[in-house]
Amino acid sequence: MSTPDAAPILVVDDVTKAFGGVRAVNGCSLTVSGGSITGLIGPNGAGKTTLFNLITGFLKPTSGRISFRGTRIDGLPPHAIFQKGIVRTFQIPRELKSMTLLENLMLVPPAQSGERIWNPWFFAWRVSRQEEAIFAKAMQVLEFVDMLHLRDEYAANLSGGQKKLLELARTLMCNPQLILLDEPGAGVNRVLMKKLVTDIERLRRELNITFFLIEHDMDLITRLCDTVIVMSEGAKLAEGSAEEVKADARVLEAYLGGQYR
Amino acid sequence: MRLPAPRRITVAQVLPGLAAAAVTAVILGISFERSGDVGAVVSFYTSFLTVAALLAIISLGLNIQWGYTGVFNFGVAAFFLVGAYTAAIVTKAPATAGFENYVGGFGEDLNVVPALATDQWFPFLVALLASATICGVLAFVLSIPTLRLREDYLAIAMIGVAELLRRITIEEHGLVNGTRALGGIPQPLSGLTSNADYKYIMLALALAALLLVFVALERGVRSPWGRVLRALREDELTTAASGKNVYAFKTQGFVLGAVIMGIGGAMFAFQSRAISPNTFTHFFATFLIWTMLIVGGSGNNRGAVLGAYVVWGFWQATQLIQTYDLPSVIALRISFIRDLTLGALIVIVLLLMPRGLLPEERRVSIWAERQVRRLRRPPRDGPDAPAAPAAADEAA
Repeated sequence: MSTPDAAPILVVDDVTKAFGGVRAVNGCSLTVSGGSITGLIGPNGAGKTTLFNLITGFLKPTSGRISFRGTRIDGLPPHAIFQKGIVRTFQIPRELKSMTLLENLMLVPPAQSGERIWNPWFFAWRVSRQEEAIFAKAMQVLEFVDMLHLRDEYAANLSGGQKKLLELARTLMCNPQLILLDEPGAGVNRVLMKKLVTDIERLRRELNITFFLIEHDMDLITRLCDTVIVMSEGAKLAEGSAEEVKADARVLEAYLGGQYR
Repeated sequence: MRLPAPRRITVAQVLPGLAAAAVTAVILGISFERSGDVGAVVSFYTSFLTVAALLAIISLGLNIQWGYTGVFNFGVAAFFLVGAYTAAIVTKAPATAGFENYVGGFGEDLNVVPALATDQWFPFLVALLASATICGVLAFVLSIPTLRLREDYLAIAMIGVAELLRRITIEEHGLVNGTRALGGIPQPLSGLTSNADYKYIMLALALAALLLVFVALERGVRSPWGRVLRALREDELTTAASGKNVYAFKTQGFVLGAVIMGIGGAMFAFQSRAISPNTFTHFFATFLIWTMLIVGGSGNNRGAVLGAYVVWGFWQATQLIQTYDLPSVIALRISFIRDLTLGALIVIVLLLMPRGLLPEERRVSIWAERQVRRLRRPPRDGPDAPAAPAAADEAA
């Protein structure tokens, strides 16, 4: 494993998110180092997905600050955060059902001139050149996730595991710096899972992409992550290597409710 | 997995043509049976086709909003009405007080270069532009509060807006002449022919406008722009996670649809020469258009046009039936029976073919499709048959 840069790429500082009386995230502070694969674990309801939603702009924090590469991103809308180089996947895949895989992927690249309606109407050549490049990129990504043969299939017709892979594929369409994966392994079979691990490692190695992932599968966490952060009741509980975290009594207590103390 | 399908013609393939043919046959048949005169049939069918084309434009506008962007606009009448009234008050002569009372009336002022016969076309061009612009601005203003609503609330809000605007045309006496209606709306290029033959010019104009709108929209939806709109319709969160400004694109789809409805409304005013608040009831100006889109197939521009033709034919046929000597039990209730049959039609279509006569097709952007075709092209020394769509390795 390559050593991650010491510099933090993402800093979450004392972030709180309250839904009415419930504080799903409660004074959470953590950092993710650039070039690392950082795992985020914790019992159900610990606030992991809410934290992801806060980082990616789908929710606005009640208080606290989140910064990415030194600039604050909390409060920005999701597309603005995407443009800064943070992309995410969803825990339950949200594919664009009645669009083909090709379209699901070709949608993603930012700053497409063809997204301004006057360009396809009056300046077709601009769109044409860009579409060629985006098409080539989509084909490359489809090949990477081994779904080239499904190019013209509706995304709705994919299997559960394939939809997970499509979520990952989408993040590769836009040269991201930080990818947030929400349970990439859930519902994925062992063979596919192995591939997922290799893919993530390869992406980090080749493109120096930082990964921050929520996962329940400790096997996957142990194999993949340099650092593991444990969340419980809306805040960070512990941080360390997978082995350290597994041995931490507080972590066991958070998961098992303390009766094994 | 994907076996080469035997070449058999399915019902779904012939139904669109069949529906159009049936409607045409009924319309031509009844009108010939009633008049016995080919000239009268041609005349009737010409105006029938003209209105169908104009309603098709409005149906295309709704298709952008609902079929592609997923904005549940149940207030089509709002833009239809504003487009039509705007065109009328731009092209008409100023009000002469007394019985007539309305704002605008720029028709004569817009005859800027009489030598170029500008009175024949320029005011109408300005009117189209004004209708499109005002509908666009109206849609933009409405989008600020409504597009952030959940779709069912948006539909309710738009019903309210449409009714509000209709009430304004009734109650504001000085605005568009209230319930006394706006008559004598000038018609473009009317100097070219006699009054009797003008309908052919109007038909040509309507078809030209329809073609222009259709081509523009097809190009629009089969581009990266259309891709974002369809993505929005499928899942707003994914679209946001793909870095698109959801709200901006939703507004664009809504506004463009409204602009097209405005153009359709303006042309409708020129065609019908007289409009009144009663023209733009929810039934005619919203529900009928929705029926057209659903019957034709939302998410398919050809479907929107076909639906307009078929449903307008259906609606006209039920009107033509009134010319027969019906038993009084039916004759007294015929207008309600007509409404009922239209409702039945929409239910039948939704039950039997919920995606319409021409369902949405699996088509990507024009440019992406070009790339796909290039890949599919068989190698030069290969067999003539098109490359198999990689069925073998799909087994996984």
